[in-house]
This record gives sequence, C-alpha cells and structure tokens, in this order.
Amino acid sequence: MKSNRWLLPEGIEEVLPQQARWLEGMRRRLLDLFAAWGYELVMPPFIEYLESLLIGTGHDLDLQTFKLTDQLSGRMLGIRADMTPQVARIDAHHLKRDVPTRLCYLGTVLHTRPDGFAGSRCLLQVGAELYGDASCESDVEILRLLLETMEAAGIEEPCLDLGHVGIYRGLLQQAGLDAEQEAELFDVLQRKAKAELVEKLAAWSLDNKISSMLTALVDLHGGEEVLETARTSLQDAAAGVHSSLENISRIAKLIKQHVPQINLHFDLAELRGYNYHTGVVFAVYVSGRGQAIAQGGRYDGIGQAFGHARPATGFSTDLHTLAALTSQDLNRRQGIFAPADDDPDLLALIARLRDEGECVITQLPEQQGGAVEMGCDRQLVKTSGGWKVKQV
Amino acid sequence: MNELLTIALSKGRIFKETLPLLKHAGIEPLDDPETSRKLILDTNRPEVKLVIIRATDVPTYVQYGAADVGVAGKDVLMEHGGEGLYEPLDLNIARCRMMVAGPASAPAVDGRLRIATKYVNCARRFFAEQGQQVEIIKLYGSMELAPLVGLADRIVDLVDTGNTLKANGLAPLEHMADISSRLIVNKASMKMKHRRVKNFIEAMAQAVQD
Repeated sequence: MKSNRWLLPEGIEEVLPQQARWLEGMRRRLLDLFAAWGYELVMPPFIEYLESLLIGTGHDLDLQTFKLTDQLSGRMLGIRADMTPQVARIDAHHLKRDVPTRLCYLGTVLHTRPDGFAGSRCLLQVGAELYGDASCESDVEILRLLLETMEAAGIEEPCLDLGHVGIYRGLLQQAGLDAEQEAELFDVLQRKAKAELVEKLAAWSLDNKISSMLTALVDLHGGEEVLETARTSLQDAAAGVHSSLENISRIAKLIKQHVPQINLHFDLAELRGYNYHTGVVFAVYVSGRGQAIAQGGRYDGIGQAFGHARPATGFSTDLHTLAALTSQDLNRRQGIFAPADDDPDLLALIARLRDEGECVITQLPEQQGGAVEMGCDRQLVKTSGGWKVKQV
Repeated sequence: MNELLTIALSKGRIFKETLPLLKHAGIEPLDDPETSRKLILDTNRPEVKLVIIRATDVPTYVQYGAADVGVAGKDVLMEHGGEGLYEPLDLNIARCRMMVAGPASAPAVDGRLRIATKYVNCARRFFAEQGQQVEIIKLYGSMELAPLVGLADRIVDLVDTGNTLKANGLAPLEHMADISSRLIVNKASMKMKHRRVKNFIEAMAQAVQD
C-alpha cells in the first residue's frame, strides 16, 4: 500500500505548473471578458445545506452531489455539483433587483460520478447568466458572449447547436399521454430511435396528426432548412409550438447578423435539461470531441423557489475542458536569473525589473544549477557599467 | 473541417451481415478483417474508414467520438445504457431474443434466484421490474453450464435457434426482449458532420428496405 500513497481519488486531478499557468491565463481572460460585458462576479459557497442547494433542481443533480453531515448542526450538507442554481438564488433572494441583472461565476464543482471523456469528477465551472429579461435579445446576448468566451479560450471553429424545448412541450400537451408513456417517448426521442417511435405511436393509437408530427420531430435536425421544414410538418401544432419556432428562428437570425461566420446547427428534438429549461437550449461542439464543451439555455421561473420568479438565460462550461482543447504554450517560462549577491545596485535593479512585470529568480547561495537549469532565458551580469540583463 | 467518416463494427456475425448493407450504400472494405490483422480498414471511398473492435466496445467508441457511427446489437446497447448515443436505425440484422432460461423441469426456488449472465444490468433491471430480488453472477461465456453444475438457478442469454439450450437440457422460460443490430451515431458527429452522417443513415435505411 505504501507505494500507492500518492494516488488521487478517481476523477480528481492536480494541475502542474505549466498547465496551471495556461489555465490561470485563461481564467483571467474570461473574467475580464465578462466584466467588459457588464457581468458581475459572484462567489457562492462551496458547501451548503443540502436542501437549499437542491431547491428547484432535478433528480440528476441530487445524484451528482456529494453529501456529508454537518457536525455543528446535525443537518445534511452538500458540495455543489452545479453553481447555476446558487447564482439564481443570489439573484432572486439577495439582489431582488427589478432591472436586468448580469452575473458571472467561476469555481470548483464536484460530481459524484465521472462524466465526459476525461472522466473527471472535479470541474472548474465558469458561466454567465442574465436575469430579468425574457426577450430574444437577452438569449442572443448570452450566445454572443458564449462565442466570445470560446474565442478568448482559443477554441477554433465552434459549432453552435440550437434547440427549443417549447416545441416538444407543446406537442406533448397536444398528445395527452400518461406519465409512463411520456417517459418512454422522451427516451426514444433522446435516442432518435425512429423505428421504435413509430411502433410506440401506433401502439398508443394517437390521433394521426399528432403522430405524424411527433414522427417528423425526430428528423428535424440539420442546417437552417430545418426551421422551414418544421413550419410545414408541424403546421397543425398548438400555438405554443409555433411561437417557439418563431422564437428560435428570430434568435438564429439575430445571432447570424452579429456573427455571420457562425456554424449553426439545429436540433428541434434536443431535450437536454428538459426538466429545467423553458425556451431555447444550446450547446457548443468542436471537431474531434464527441461531447458538447459548453451548454446553456433559457430557464424562466427558477427564481420562483426563492420567492422572486425571474426570466433567466445563461451558459456554463468547464475550464479544464477548454484548457485541454486549446494548444498550450509549451515553452518554458521566461525569466531573469540573478546571482546571489548583496550589492545594493543589484537589489534595486531586481526590484525595478519585478515592478515592470519581469520574473526575476534569485540564486540561493549554495544551490545547484544556473540560469538555464532554472528555466531562465536571461541573467543579470556585472559589467564595468554596472548590472546588465544578458541573454543566456 | 475533418470530414472523415469512421464506422465501428465488430467481427463475426454483425460484420458479415452489415457488409451487404454497406455495399448497398456504396461502401466496400478493401481488406477482409477475418484474414487481415489491420484494425483500421480502408474502403473504396477514401473518406470512409472501418474500425474493427469487440462488440461490447462499439458503444464506447461511438459515445466518445472515436468513431462517428457504429453497428451494435440491441443487447449490447441495453447493457451499456446507450447514454450519449443516437440510435436512428434498426438494421434488422443479427436477430435473436434475450431470454431467461433454466432447466426444462425447473423446480420452484425458495428465496433468491441466482442468475448467471453476461448481461448484468439487463438482468437486474428485468427482475426488478418483476418485483423480484435476485443474485446476479457475472460470467463471460458458456452460460448454459452454470445451471448444470449448480452455479446458478437460471441464466439470461441470447437465444437464436435454441439448440444450445436444448442440447444442455435447458428450456427458454421468459422472453425479455427482441434483439437486432442498430446503427448508432455519436451526438457531436450528428451535429458537426450532419450532412455526411444524414446521407449515410438515409443510404443505410434504403439498403435495409431493399
């Protein structure tokens, strides 16, 4: 066992200097970007009472949350698995503003079960949320900020996937299924298992119109032509479906105006976060990675649980995932090596260089290794004209 | 953008029965996996590659995007959970049934049944739905042996003709699911390469119909 002492728990990672430098640079860039768009940083607690942590969230999040007993109060505590509900609570319960509120956050979240390709259970979640405005324009603002976030992180050619849970929700109401059938329908739609869907619809002997619309929904994914097809194939749908289609079309049009080169994909049967979302949903994909790297959408009414229902839209992503995808600067760090010397001129020069933002590493009297071994590209050398910075 | 299409297949029955469908869709491998040692096979189309892996690994490869699409038995998908995958097409090949089997004159068992299977999740789910608590014994093959030597009371396995069961004095007891192979698709590939993947699905659907 002794030789295993360095092992970390599954899915828990430590970040070594080079990666940490890259990650921290990215963290700062993103927070500066959010600040420039007027998103105020909040820092919700890492751990809190389980019941408040899970208010208004689904069963999935409950399973993903680490739990422990608070020895002070005897109550259950949870370690956050998602910061979004915490931030929604800050908006609804603490800020209680009537004007639109823009908040952003960045912090560690833990998951009980590894998800994603890396199998990580420890994510560095970062995201932005816009509360108090139900218009398309706020969704578009969030989408633009999401795309700028991807750019700032160095993600090339992202593909933006758009969906709208209102379409499925409207059709579901029209179909009038019982809870068990609903669950089955949800399952086959998520897998896009068309043959199974047709079988089930026939077995439930639904109205012809609604059957053909639900069947059509499975194939409603692809380029922009999908919206046009949907208008025809879902023309008998309830008004809610049509307003959802209008909503997603308008959002797509606006985002194209702002970001003409964007690679847009539509999937009207995308049901990720169905229990939680109320409007447009979106995710970012990049080539070479089998899973979404960022996601979000509209989730009006979440604040209700905290006594102040507010429209809300936002996105979140994981900084570790972004860092792993972007080409890292693998050069050794740059720095200036200063000899062990008490010369006041040298000390003053070192202080000045550090003030100017240079990295200066001072030699320790008995240490091994010189400038090169210490990863420096320059060193301080005493010349007849005083101390000078010289290339190694 | 990377427009290569990678198809994951397993050797044996699925490969043999998928080949005619692929051929119908205009894709033919240049090597035979039964004789070649290559794990990545080129096809007559330079932008299409086949990877040959174990049947139970196909969903994993496709889920993580190591292959864009794959062909997997419904049994493997049910066991894997199918999370993060699309299953747009039933290929109607490699058909069989997943069944509970046991000694032909199976005596009623008091208390917990012991079930030998390689489909641990499927078996647990099936018996739980029936309100029955069972003991699951994970085996990797020759399930039929387990009841004969007293390792288990019942087995859960795929049944095709039922000959193996009969030869070992076992009989099918309960039908769990009809099994056939499905075309599965990685979620990101469906979105990032939607034209290519959609065309491929349509061509395969056409092939299945013919």
